[in-house]
Amino acid sequence: MIEVTDLETCFSTGFIRRRVVRAVDGVSFRIEEGETLGLVGESGCGKTTLGRSILRLVEPDRGRIVVDGTDVTALSRSELRRFRPRMQMIFQDAYASLNPRMRVSESVAEPLKIHRMGSRADIDRRVRELIEEVGLNEEHLNRRPYELSGGQNQRVVLARVLALKPRFLVADEPTSALDVSVQAQILNLIRDLGHDYRMTCLYISHDLGVTRAMSSRVAVMLEGRIVEIGRTADVLDRPSHPYTRRLVDASLTGPCASLERLPLPAAPTTVEVRSGHWVEETV
Amino acid sequence: MTAMSDALLEVRGLKVGFPTPEGLVRASDTVDLEIYPRETLGLIGETGSGKTVLGMAILRLLQPNTIIEGEIRYRGRDLLSLPEAEMQRVRGREIGIVLQNSGTSLNPVYTVGTQIAEAVTLHQGLSGPDARQRAVELLDAVGIPDPVRMAGEYPHRFSGGMRERALIATALACRPNLLIADEPTKGLDAVTKRGIVDLFSEIDRDHSVLFITHDIETAGDLATRVAVMYAGEIVEIGGAEEVLGDPAHPYTRGLLASLPERGMQPIPGSAPSLITLPSGCRFSPRCGCAVENCSREHPGLVEVGSGHYARCMLYD
Repeated sequence: MIEVTDLETCFSTGFIRRRVVRAVDGVSFRIEEGETLGLVGESGCGKTTLGRSILRLVEPDRGRIVVDGTDVTALSRSELRRFRPRMQMIFQDAYASLNPRMRVSESVAEPLKIHRMGSRADIDRRVRELIEEVGLNEEHLNRRPYELSGGQNQRVVLARVLALKPRFLVADEPTSALDVSVQAQILNLIRDLGHDYRMTCLYISHDLGVTRAMSSRVAVMLEGRIVEIGRTADVLDRPSHPYTRRLVDASLTGPCASLERLPLPAAPTTVEVRSGHWVEETV
Repeated sequence: MTAMSDALLEVRGLKVGFPTPEGLVRASDTVDLEIYPRETLGLIGETGSGKTVLGMAILRLLQPNTIIEGEIRYRGRDLLSLPEAEMQRVRGREIGIVLQNSGTSLNPVYTVGTQIAEAVTLHQGLSGPDARQRAVELLDAVGIPDPVRMAGEYPHRFSGGMRERALIATALACRPNLLIADEPTKGLDAVTKRGIVDLFSEIDRDHSVLFITHDIETAGDLATRVAVMYAGEIVEIGGAEEVLGDPAHPYTRGLLASLPERGMQPIPGSAPSLITLPSGCRFSPRCGCAVENCSREHPGLVEVGSGHYARCMLYD
């Protein structure tokens, strides 16, 4: 189970006139064991920063993150390193996620070696198993990323992540650069493997169709805050926040709500509109 | 297909090949299509199917060693046989193009206004302040807020959606009859994408548009007709409602079924190499409807409905 409480991550920009951007602004939510929470919002709303903050790939400024009973925010550097195998992340650009000089076999073996998971023979056997699990075969083991397609590279990335048997996975738009038929293959694979490995997942996407297919609950992010969260069907079919309505409208055909910027309250309060469906009140 | 003379652009038997050490890459093979005045033709297909190459070939923007055969007739003139100087007058003025990857299509060391003004000066002979004024008008027309200030900004100050708008403004600068747009919504989030789609639905009232995309839903929103490409060939073409609402070709059906909203059923296998294409129908190795004959005979386009053609044995 993942529990995030009042998380805040800021970036400061500008050398002379320093400006602080609150990329994640007081975010709280829970993801139950084995559940997938979808996270949607426009480019720049803070989705990726939230995902990275939970894994402490960027250091949050405030708040608490509990993964499977361990307070991640309280871990020291070396403790965090030992905890890493339990929480992993995959990214949009699989090609950029892989070392171009490593063969597939080396890439998949690398996390096992770093975390000392078994002898050389064990690792070798596990690499072969993993490569089959993600739908590749032995002939791919000696290839390098440039010799594989986008979908195949994403499969290699998945094999690397699964090698560590993580409890929690942050998937940051892993299919948005893929064609629809390849996307369908990878989404099915992530869904099946997530189920087999009993992974808890935060699935980041700006595609509502993908989110619907992948997650049982969804959180909508706007300017660093979660403005609506609840069961996927509730949030996307009966959106309560004007911003969610706009997102849903924009992905449909036909007339669309105004694209003007919404005014947001400085000190928001959240109300439960139906069981488990929370919405931030608007001004 | 019937050759209609009122088409703005007619492509006939277009073959494009790239010689490589491994062999000839047949990126476009015997493509026939026409674009009529004030229509949007959506060209859909997956990565490597030859969509971009087709768009580039129309404007003769491919590298010199490319092997091109066939005819590309714009208002009756064959663009492939025009001298380069005349072709240069067609580019921009008659046919505009919005290239893929807005991030790399703008020059980072010039302001956006300067780059749009350059196109205006080059093609319409406007000078200095007039060209500048026109650039501001164009930015305003494509929905850039505060266009006077934004014209003076460099591309890195523009977001992805705004850069796309700036490129569209540049392509529209000379009021071309035909606009080729290559993946203008790629990588944009739903709200930004919607803005660009709305912009195109305004543009296509005055211009013909060849809208190249791998996004089936966007094509459905914008296009009057849709052409589907697979492995360098057009496998289905017809009215957008017919092709996307009642697809005839198994590949088109497979694409639609792989959408998350429609069950997310992937097409088995992967697209063939354009060097070693399968014999017979190019889709047959992945096709659930394939019969024995499919791997032997190469099907032609068959009319399956009014103006709706599919390249499949099922209809022979």
